[in-house]
Amino acid sequence: MTALAAPPPSSPQATPPPAKGVAQPRSLFDLEILRLAAVGSLRKLSPRAQVRNPVMFVVLVGTGVTFLEAIAHPSVFSWSVTAWLLLTVLFANFAEAMAEGRGKAQAATLRRTRTGTLARRLGAGGSEERVPTSALSRGDLVVCEAGDLIPSDGEVVEGIASVDESAITGESAPVIRESGGDRSAVTGGTKVLSDRIVVRITAEPGHTFLDRMISLVEGANRQKTPNEVALTILLAALTLVFLPVVVVLQPFSRFSDILSHTHGSLDVVTLVALLVCLIPTTIGALLSAIGIAGMDRLVQRNVLAMSGRAVEAAGDVQTLLLDKTGTITLGNRVASRFVPVGGHDDQEVAEAAQLASLADETPEGRSVVVLAKRLFQIRERDMAEGPVFVPFSASTRMSGIDLGARRVRKGAAGAVRQWVAAQGGTVPPELDDVVEGLARSGSTPLVVADGPEVLGVIELKDVVKEGIRERFDNLRAMGIRTVMVTGDNPLTAAAIAQEAGVDDYLAEATPERKMELIKAEQAGGKLVAMMGDGTNDAPALAQADVGVAMNTGTTAAKEAGNMVDLDSNPTKLIDVVEVGKQLLITRGALTTFSIANDVAKYFAIIPALFSATYPQLNALNIMRLHSPTSAVLSAVMFNALVIVALVPLALRGVKWRPAPAMVALRRNVLVYGVGGLVVPFVFIKLIDLFLTAVGWH
Amino acid sequence: MGYFGTIVALLALLALAWRYLGGYMEAVFAGRVRYLAWAERPVYWALGVDPEAEQPWPRYAAALVVFSGTAILVTYALQRLQGSLPFNPQHLGAVAPALSWGTAVSFVTNTNWQSYAGETTMSYFTQMAALTVQQFVSASVGIAVAVALVRGFSRRGSPTIGNFWADITRCTFYVLLPVAFVAGVVFVAQGAAQTLAGPVAVHNPLDGVAQVIARGPVGFMEPVKELGTNGGGFFNANGAHPFEDPTGLTQFLSCVLVLAIPVALTYTFGRMVGSTRQGLALLAAMAVIFGTWLGFSSYAESQPNPAVAAAHVVAQPAGNMQGKEVRFGPMPTTLYNIASTQTSTGSVSGANDSFNPMGGFGLISGMMLGEVSPGGDGSGLYTVLLFAIVAVFVGGLMIGRTPEYLGKKVQAREVKLAALGVLVMPVTVLVLSAVAVSVHAGRAAIGNGGPHGFTEILYAFVSQANNNGSAFAGLDANNAFYNITGALAMLLGRFGVIVPTLALAGTLASKGTVATSAGTFRTDTPLFVGLLVGVILIVGGLTFFPAVSLGPLAEQLSKGLFR
Repeated sequence: MTALAAPPPSSPQATPPPAKGVAQPRSLFDLEILRLAAVGSLRKLSPRAQVRNPVMFVVLVGTGVTFLEAIAHPSVFSWSVTAWLLLTVLFANFAEAMAEGRGKAQAATLRRTRTGTLARRLGAGGSEERVPTSALSRGDLVVCEAGDLIPSDGEVVEGIASVDESAITGESAPVIRESGGDRSAVTGGTKVLSDRIVVRITAEPGHTFLDRMISLVEGANRQKTPNEVALTILLAALTLVFLPVVVVLQPFSRFSDILSHTHGSLDVVTLVALLVCLIPTTIGALLSAIGIAGMDRLVQRNVLAMSGRAVEAAGDVQTLLLDKTGTITLGNRVASRFVPVGGHDDQEVAEAAQLASLADETPEGRSVVVLAKRLFQIRERDMAEGPVFVPFSASTRMSGIDLGARRVRKGAAGAVRQWVAAQGGTVPPELDDVVEGLARSGSTPLVVADGPEVLGVIELKDVVKEGIRERFDNLRAMGIRTVMVTGDNPLTAAAIAQEAGVDDYLAEATPERKMELIKAEQAGGKLVAMMGDGTNDAPALAQADVGVAMNTGTTAAKEAGNMVDLDSNPTKLIDVVEVGKQLLITRGALTTFSIANDVAKYFAIIPALFSATYPQLNALNIMRLHSPTSAVLSAVMFNALVIVALVPLALRGVKWRPAPAMVALRRNVLVYGVGGLVVPFVFIKLIDLFLTAVGWH
Repeated sequence: MGYFGTIVALLALLALAWRYLGGYMEAVFAGRVRYLAWAERPVYWALGVDPEAEQPWPRYAAALVVFSGTAILVTYALQRLQGSLPFNPQHLGAVAPALSWGTAVSFVTNTNWQSYAGETTMSYFTQMAALTVQQFVSASVGIAVAVALVRGFSRRGSPTIGNFWADITRCTFYVLLPVAFVAGVVFVAQGAAQTLAGPVAVHNPLDGVAQVIARGPVGFMEPVKELGTNGGGFFNANGAHPFEDPTGLTQFLSCVLVLAIPVALTYTFGRMVGSTRQGLALLAAMAVIFGTWLGFSSYAESQPNPAVAAAHVVAQPAGNMQGKEVRFGPMPTTLYNIASTQTSTGSVSGANDSFNPMGGFGLISGMMLGEVSPGGDGSGLYTVLLFAIVAVFVGGLMIGRTPEYLGKKVQAREVKLAALGVLVMPVTVLVLSAVAVSVHAGRAAIGNGGPHGFTEILYAFVSQANNNGSAFAGLDANNAFYNITGALAMLLGRFGVIVPTLALAGTLASKGTVATSAGTFRTDTPLFVGLLVGVILIVGGLTFFPAVSLGPLAEQLSKGLFR
């Protein structure tokens, strides 16, 4: 072992905890996060942070006004209201800090992965020099050997190596990276386990995938998404309109006092309390937490969204392009039947097929052995005669075994036919029909021959994943069209499409045809999501509204898409859509709830407000609240406490199950609209009872 | 015909208007109706415009503002100069400047708030050339804006939203003039006054009383007052004057005319966006609000007047007769006044001031909801569409999609413009009312003490900012303060909504459309109707609840809730 390849320092205390990728399970109310969030909610009190959120900014200003009023005219009431208004702001900050907390904790774990070691840069003449990682720039060549951390993102230009990517993906099984082709991309921070590779750096320092990932999970430069901007405008508009609504009450009530010869007592504290209760503080407080938590939920599923915009678009997707292999089918074709021809029986076919597949380590080959064992209990057998295995080659398109004089082959129909003919054998007339029939039903036929004799056909079938049909049914109910994309011929594609229950399929797909399909769908006003990994997928990934690149894919693919799936699991696309929808539903539900709450607050505060001018308005005090001050304070307390109560909902997202739009709407209107009308009546009354019980007058 | 029969007949005629007038208007605005092309051509020639040249929204809006501004100046000038103009048998002098200004703004904004008695202030020429002309064209302006907005929904990637000049010309020639003419024949046949011969002096030999009976070219002016949801009557008594509204038939016909175009436009809308169900949904939301308020006020007015009851002079078997049209009774009067306040018409058949408090609340609250049930000509449709965008935005999120309405994504710009359009009216009303109750000139004008006095002021600004024009009476509004603040309310309530609406039309027209699927928020279902009504009620309720509690609510509660 040379000094260069020395093992990394390995004192147990210094090694970071085993990294598990970003998606570490963490409880929603992890104590550490709670502590950080409590500190964060105080830090966020700075006006510079507050001004970003118009609704909460008004609350903060209102708090300042009541504070001054409480100093000028101290009373238990004015100080209580001031305290609860301040708590309202703090609770809002707390919600946001909670949402950010998880990302921050994950970012901290990721940072530990960033290597401080020196990179081995190759000079012009093949010389090596050691430079800090930060000095690497695009185009540099570096050498990585077993045990080295790859210093930055790049492309393997020489050699092949197994790489441990668990720091990024959480997946512990090593992956192969080699020069050329679609498996050449390596990510900074991952570790070479064996062999030696030369990597050409493709990222500028500070802009590596790991850096981006850290800033994404941390939400460092989070920008408001388009829908969030629109909602903020609506909330700001409501806030702005409630300002005059409340301000004019002063002259209105003074005039009413003149008209009715009364002496009302409309104090500033009550007016500010009314304003804060009316403006949509609940959604205003939770809006950014909802957005951050939505991104976070994707991270929990090991998907990194490059922008919140993409998450929102995921909720809007109307067409999903799904790769057949891995998403819809298990990925490998499996032997499902032995079909005899020419007077043989199926056991003979199975026996020969098993022999021909003994050395076949492909999944298809192994499945033949498994099927033979299952159907006819054909097991390993005596190989005394010294078998010679004939591996599959692209030129023969057959594989098999020579066992003494016996030569058994399986392979594509044309190839086997030629092979049999060459030995002077004849092909049974029904073979063509059988082969064609199988192909038409979506299966792949493999013909088995024993010397010049054709015995029969192995049927290899694509196995559709369990439960995938139900998932497509759900998607259809939500109005999402699924399109299966496959390189298979149209016959095979149609059969699988039907079995899996997709709406449509694209057979003999090429990157160009995928692109055409996306453009056609978009021209029809549809939003399209797709997943891809190869460099030739990059244009389609960029064209799609939601393009999820697999982490195993090429750099080009990762840069073209707007999300990266660290698990490289094609089924993820469906999860992504669900997270997007849940995010939007949570926003809508809490907005509805927040606005519906105002009705009860009016019934609490208006009678209290004008109690001296028009005592008859107490008829509106349908909650029978104890006194004007207890009514106002109860409403303010409810307004603050409801934010805390809804933090878990904002972070987890509202319960979501696939359903047609109008069914979902009916349910949510009922729960959050009608619920939002009723709930505050109950709780304001309860708070009022509590205040009365503790001696409030 | 009983009250119930009246309502059934009204519904039947409105159903016909919805289908046929609505379909006809669609054809008119698509440019397919051309039988008066010979009359259109000189108008375009005189204006120097090409009716086929489509305008982007800023040019459309600019044309509208220039047209309305010119109309205000012309209407003002005609009033000021009426002494030297023909058709002035009473030799009426120039109308006072503040009143001329207020009246000009009032008629151009389709408000028709009248701080004057028409028969003793305006010459026949002013009534015809200034006021009646505006009753036609101001309604056309409203309808044109609504049509432009609907074009925004129905077009894809279009830089333009129509041609303003062609729209108002066609609306006036093909829709308003023919209907108003036919209805005018009926009104005159029923006995509405129609003469240029001036008032007559009569002497009643029986009791020795000498009177001057005002007359004028009323019969053919009357239908457009209703059809154009204007409400500017010839006489001070407006629809309660027998020369304006001679019989039960004309009373009924007035209700039909008032509701016809706002109702029919929902069909026009449905046809233009390719689904009449969409129009039906909007109509249903309008009908729910209208029906609720009609039932509410009808019930309130079937109760005795508490003040009369307290005096123990007469029994009140028919309900509250005070201030009602005595020929027809409380119910038809209530129907007329509800139809007129919920359509931004503002003509009255009985004194709003004398309604029971909660009956009066029915009148004012219909306006507070933004005049969408069914609202004024055009303005009802475009305002309800603004509410629909807000409803779709909030509701649409709850299905997990960024919201869309009629295939158009509702994004930041749409929300901004819709919120602006919806909120201009309440802010205008509240701020101007606050000013009025804070200054002497504003306070001095009220006619009653207690919450009723506050309601008088609030009603005045609600009515003007909604371009309704009905008056609660009691308030002496013919002074500089109310003429100026009132004109401000009318201008903001009209153009403060129209300009954002046209901007919205432009934005929508330029967008592409999103395909619909089972995942789309359907806006032609009862659920959406409920949501839309909810949003309208909540926005109106939240903005006006405190003010209402200091006015009608306090008044009613002081008398016990209904008896």
